[in-house]
Amino acid sequence: MNYKGVDQSKRQFLTTALTVVGAVGTGYLAVPFLAQMQPSAKAMAAGAPVEVDLSKMEPGQLIRVAWRGKPVWILNRTPEVLATLPTLDNELRDPLSQESIQPESSKNPVRSIKPEIFVAVGLCTHLGCSPTYRPEIAPHDLGEKWKGGFFCPCHGSWFDLAGRVYRGVPAPTNLEVPPYRYITDTQLIIGEEEASA
Amino acid sequence: MKRNRITECNEWILERFPLAKLWNEHMTHYYAPKNFNFWYFFGSLALLVLVNQILTGIFLTMNYKPDAKLAFDSVEYIMRDVNWGWLIRYMHSTGSSAFFIVVYLHMFRGLLYGSFKHPRELVWIFGMLLFVALMAEAFMGYLLPWGQMSYWGAQVIISLFSAIPVIGDDLSLWLRGDYVVSDATLNRFFAFHVIAVPLALVMLVFLHIVALHEVGSNNPDGIEIKDRKDPWGHPVDGIPFHPYYTVKDLVGVGVFLLFFATVIFYMPEMGGYFLEHANFIPADPMKTPEHIAPVWYFTPFYAILRAIPDKFAGVIAMGGAIVVLFLLPWLDRSPVKSIRYRGGIYKKALCLFVISFLALGYLGTQPATPTATIFARIFTTIYFGFFLLMPIYTRWEKTKPVPTRLTKAHSLEEQLHTLEEQLPALIEEITELKPVATEIGHPAFKSSAYTRRPNPAGIMNVASRLARKVKGSLD
Repeated sequence: MNYKGVDQSKRQFLTTALTVVGAVGTGYLAVPFLAQMQPSAKAMAAGAPVEVDLSKMEPGQLIRVAWRGKPVWILNRTPEVLATLPTLDNELRDPLSQESIQPESSKNPVRSIKPEIFVAVGLCTHLGCSPTYRPEIAPHDLGEKWKGGFFCPCHGSWFDLAGRVYRGVPAPTNLEVPPYRYITDTQLIIGEEEASA
Repeated sequence: MKRNRITECNEWILERFPLAKLWNEHMTHYYAPKNFNFWYFFGSLALLVLVNQILTGIFLTMNYKPDAKLAFDSVEYIMRDVNWGWLIRYMHSTGSSAFFIVVYLHMFRGLLYGSFKHPRELVWIFGMLLFVALMAEAFMGYLLPWGQMSYWGAQVIISLFSAIPVIGDDLSLWLRGDYVVSDATLNRFFAFHVIAVPLALVMLVFLHIVALHEVGSNNPDGIEIKDRKDPWGHPVDGIPFHPYYTVKDLVGVGVFLLFFATVIFYMPEMGGYFLEHANFIPADPMKTPEHIAPVWYFTPFYAILRAIPDKFAGVIAMGGAIVVLFLLPWLDRSPVKSIRYRGGIYKKALCLFVISFLALGYLGTQPATPTATIFARIFTTIYFGFFLLMPIYTRWEKTKPVPTRLTKAHSLEEQLHTLEEQLPALIEEITELKPVATEIGHPAFKSSAYTRRPNPAGIMNVASRLARKVKGSLD
C-alpha cells in the first residue's frame, strides 16, 4: 500500500474513535440480552407467604413446606434436644449466628421465636442441597460425635438441630431462617416478618 | 459427452470455490508423521462422537419439551412411544460418556508425547477450550431429563458460582433466572445446550484443526518431521493424511462402533454410571436424594471440590484443577517432548497423576466419609503436585538423546509372531501337569488322568519379570 500523503495520525484517531463508539454501542446492546436472563417479573412475584398449621405436630416431627420454590422445614424440638443445643457451642463455627441469615426475632441461641418450633430454609449454605433430618444420636454411619442434627449428603456438612454449622465441614454459615410470624398459637405464616415491637 | 458435462460442472465449481485447494491442503497434501500409534485414533473419534451428538440431538429435540412440568414425561415418551426413540436417546446419552472417554484419552496422548509443547501451545489451548465447552454442554444437557440427579446436580453446580465474593449471589441468581432451579433454568439450559454451546464447539473444533494443520501433527517420537524434507519439499517421515490416515482411522472407527453399539444395546445405563438410577425419579425440589454424585466424567473434579473444607477454597481448587491444564505448555520445561526420551521422573510423575486422577474419579462417586475425604485430599495434592512441581522436576530430569528420524515401531505382525513363539513356553511355565482326582468312573482310570493346573510359583516368576520390565521401561 502506498501511504504517501496520508495523514497517519488522523487515520489512527478516526480508527480509535470508531472502535470506541462501536464498543460502547455493543455494550448498550448487550444490556437487554443480559438483563432478560434475570428473574422475570412473574418469578419475582411468586414469593407469596405460606400458612402452616402446627396443631397436629408431634414432638420430634419435621414437616416440609414449599416457599418460593424452596423447601422450608418446621421442626418440633423436644426438651432433650433443646437441652443438648448449648453443649455443642464449642464444636460450631458460628454458635451465636453472628454471620448467618435470620430475622431479628430468631437471633437467639435456639434460633427461633418459640424455642420448641424451629423454622429454617432446608438448603445447605454450601452448595444448596437439601440436608437430611437425622435426629438419632450416634448412628452407625455418622459416628460417635453425632448428637442429632441435619446432615448434607452431597458434601458431608453437619448442622445441629438449630441449623448451626459444625467446624471443619464445607458449609460456611448456619442454615438460613426465613422471615415468619405466628398468626395464632398453632398457626404460623412463612414469608412475613414479625411486626417490630 | 457425459464425461465432458461432469468435467465442465467440476470446472465451473472450481473457478468459484477453492474445493480442490482445500482438499489438497488438509487431506492429500497434509503430511502427517508415519508412526502414529493407537493413541492417535482419539482425535478423529472425538469428531465422530460430536457428529453423533449433533445428529441424535436434532432428532431428540423433535419430541423433547423444555418445560418443568413436561420434560420428565417427554423423555419417557421418547423412550416408550416414539418410534426408535429409545435408540436415539441411548445413542445420545451413551455418546456423551463416550465423548469424555475419547477426549480424556486424547488429552492423555498429549501428556504422553508432549503434544502441547512448542510449537503446539495454541492447539492445546483450543483443545482445552473445547474441553471446557464440552463440560458445559454435558452439564446443561444433564438437567434436561429433569430427574432428581438433574435437578440437584444443577443446583450444586450453579451454587458454585455463589461462592465468588461480592458478585456471587447475584451471579447465581442471574444464571438460574429464579431463586431456585426452576422452569426458567430448564428453558435457558435447553437453549444453551442445543444452540449456543454446540456452535461454540464446532467453531473451536475448526480452530483446533486449523492450528494443528499450521504446525503439523506431533508424533510418538516427539520430533518435528518438517525439519527433514525430501527434494520435493515433503517431510521424509511424513505420509499424506489421505488416504493413509483416513483409512487407518476408519479401522479405529469400526472398533469404536463395536464397543459403542455393545453399550447402547446391552448396557445403556452402564450400571448407573452413564445414566444414574436416581435420575429415573422426577425432580423434587423438596428433597435431595440420599446420595448424590455427578456423572462419572465430572467425579475427579467433584472429589477435589469435596476434599476442601471451605466453600470458596473448594470452588477455587476445582476451577484451578482445570485452569492448571491450560498452563501445561509453560509448566513443562523439558527440552524433550516424547515420554520415550524423557527421564524417569516424568514417567513416574505421570503414572502417579493418572492413578490419582482415576482414584479421585472413583472417590467422587462414593459418599463423603471421613476416610474417603482424607484419601481425596492426598490425591488432590498429587494432582496439583504433578502440575505445580513440573517446572522443577522437568528441568532437572535426565533426558535421552532424541533421534533425528522417526524410529520404526514393531509391526503388529512381528509382535504376533514373537508372541506365538513364546506362548508355549509361557504356558509350560505357569502351569503344571497334575493327576486329576476324579470321583467319576472306575478307580482304575484315575491314575491315567492328568490335567494342566495353574502353577503358583511359575505365575509368580512371570509376574515379577513383567513388573521388572514395566519398571525398566519407566526408567
